[in-house]
Amino acid sequence: MATETADTPSAPQPVSTASAVSSAAAASDAIERRAVVKRWLLSAPALVVIIGCGLMPLLIIFAYSWTKPAEYAGVIWHFQPDAWINVLFQEDLFSDALSPNWAYYSIYLRSILIALQTTMLALIIGFPTAYFIATREERSRNAWLFLITIPFWSNLLIRIYAIMMIIRDEGYLNHALLAIGAIDQPLPIIFTNYALSYGLIYAYLPLMVLPLYASLEKLDFRLVEAGYDLYASRFKVLWHVIIPLVKPGIVAGSILVFIPAIGDYIIAQILGGGKRMMLGNLIAQQFGTARNWPQGSALALTLMAVVMLALVFYATKSQRKRAA
Amino acid sequence: MTAVADTRRGRPGPRPVAAAARPKGRRFDVKTLPGFAVMAWFCVVALYTPIAVLVAYSFNDNNTVVIWTQFSVRWYGIALNDEEIRDAALLSLKVAFLASLFATTFATMAAIATTRVPNYRGLTFIYAIINQPLMVPEIVTGIATIVFFGLIRQATGIYGIGYLITAHIVFCIPFAYLPIRARLEDMDRTFENAAADLYASPWQAFRHVTFPLLVPGILGGGMLAFLVSLDDVVISVLVAGPGETTLPLYVVSQIKRGITPELNAMASMFLCASAILATLFFLLTRRKAK
Repeated sequence: MATETADTPSAPQPVSTASAVSSAAAASDAIERRAVVKRWLLSAPALVVIIGCGLMPLLIIFAYSWTKPAEYAGVIWHFQPDAWINVLFQEDLFSDALSPNWAYYSIYLRSILIALQTTMLALIIGFPTAYFIATREERSRNAWLFLITIPFWSNLLIRIYAIMMIIRDEGYLNHALLAIGAIDQPLPIIFTNYALSYGLIYAYLPLMVLPLYASLEKLDFRLVEAGYDLYASRFKVLWHVIIPLVKPGIVAGSILVFIPAIGDYIIAQILGGGKRMMLGNLIAQQFGTARNWPQGSALALTLMAVVMLALVFYATKSQRKRAA
Repeated sequence: MTAVADTRRGRPGPRPVAAAARPKGRRFDVKTLPGFAVMAWFCVVALYTPIAVLVAYSFNDNNTVVIWTQFSVRWYGIALNDEEIRDAALLSLKVAFLASLFATTFATMAAIATTRVPNYRGLTFIYAIINQPLMVPEIVTGIATIVFFGLIRQATGIYGIGYLITAHIVFCIPFAYLPIRARLEDMDRTFENAAADLYASPWQAFRHVTFPLLVPGILGGGMLAFLVSLDDVVISVLVAGPGETTLPLYVVSQIKRGITPELNAMASMFLCASAILATLFFLLTRRKAK
């Protein structure tokens, strides 16, 4: 108290009301501060678990990516940037000359192409589906959404297993085709890029449909009607009216499909047979048979950087939309 | 954008009249686009065919998977009596139960601390941290976690199922958090204000007003977390220690060894279990039409 009065000697008289106000403000400040502390305490367990076991491991592999691989798994704590250099370049064994790491490039390229292809096809299939659902009556809309969502929440592994059962060499499809005499050799479908792509679309299609639906549901059909009134063809209305209006949904759906597709591991493992490597399989291999943990760490962080870029792209896109 | 705004604002008079004047016949529906219905049906059929084929053939009596002989539930009996499958299922349920229990508790607390509150320093930070597990590809989380847990194992000498459960808690938290937060956002402050007016302490208000209203969200979040934990493959493959075979891990190892009708039966049961859980979740968190 004494210090407080000493601090404010210049305003001695009209204190009675002012100090009441300020002390009330101070009291509510204190209450607010206590509420904030309470909120931090409430969030603490979730934060501790996620920071401790979700974020810390990422920091550790970041550290690992700058070390030297030990002979049998693990690392030797000796600083070297080789793992990061190897992400892009190959070091010649004798001359130390750097050359492009084509083996890795082909895997990156395949991952990106397959992820993009998956996203595009999911958009082509998902857009009409979402549009159709959004233009149904309220009741059947919910039924459709339910139909689309349930497979997504059902076990992914089992769904991929089901696809494998159908397309493998001794699978139901080949069996049926052989039985009706359409082919005399089983079609080699599994372990191809097509199989992988099909599996990815199958797995993540609902992630495209749902955000698209959310956008399309809010579409103002008076604008569509205006387009038709102005003699636009169906295609023109779709291209110049509907698609620009639901762009946020298209971007959101594409990002949601692209991210798991590029980070895929298990679908490539089952439908790609391990031969058609995606970036995820390459990472796992570094920690498994290749026993090069620093390399695996560097590649994992590269993958994470790609995903983060996609998310930032999405964030800036949606931000601009909101500002407009 | 400006064109859009113009049509909305400009000339409000004649347009609705014109719209009303047009006969509402079948001939031209502004909402219909050709071929879209076909695509939607194709989509649903494509999503369900593989599952349907799997389930149908799980009732096949034959020892080879592809040749249909006759309807039978024999493989279900064999699968249910298989000790390996039973152990894997029990372990999966145990991990999923414990992980979802902890994750839901933490997520509920965090949701209360971050929803319907005035903005405070760090709110965005808390929100970002909680959603962090969703942003990192599973394979990256998996290998980072295995490295981290390896270090802890080395340092402490502690082994056991706790590691797997902890890894599951981490990625279950955001899934549990989202439905709870959604439920809280839909709730009106007036109930709690009324409780406070009637001299309820904050704890009493929470216990008798907020919590009961929040229960569907918590149940929904818990179920989602349970489902996500039950279904997880990638992180479990990497983190699980020797002998810690959850159901998805069992399926993966069996796929490598070769496909049996028994595996089909087991997969069908597993699929049904997660589909039922998903349905319950859908019903529980469905928002009432306004």
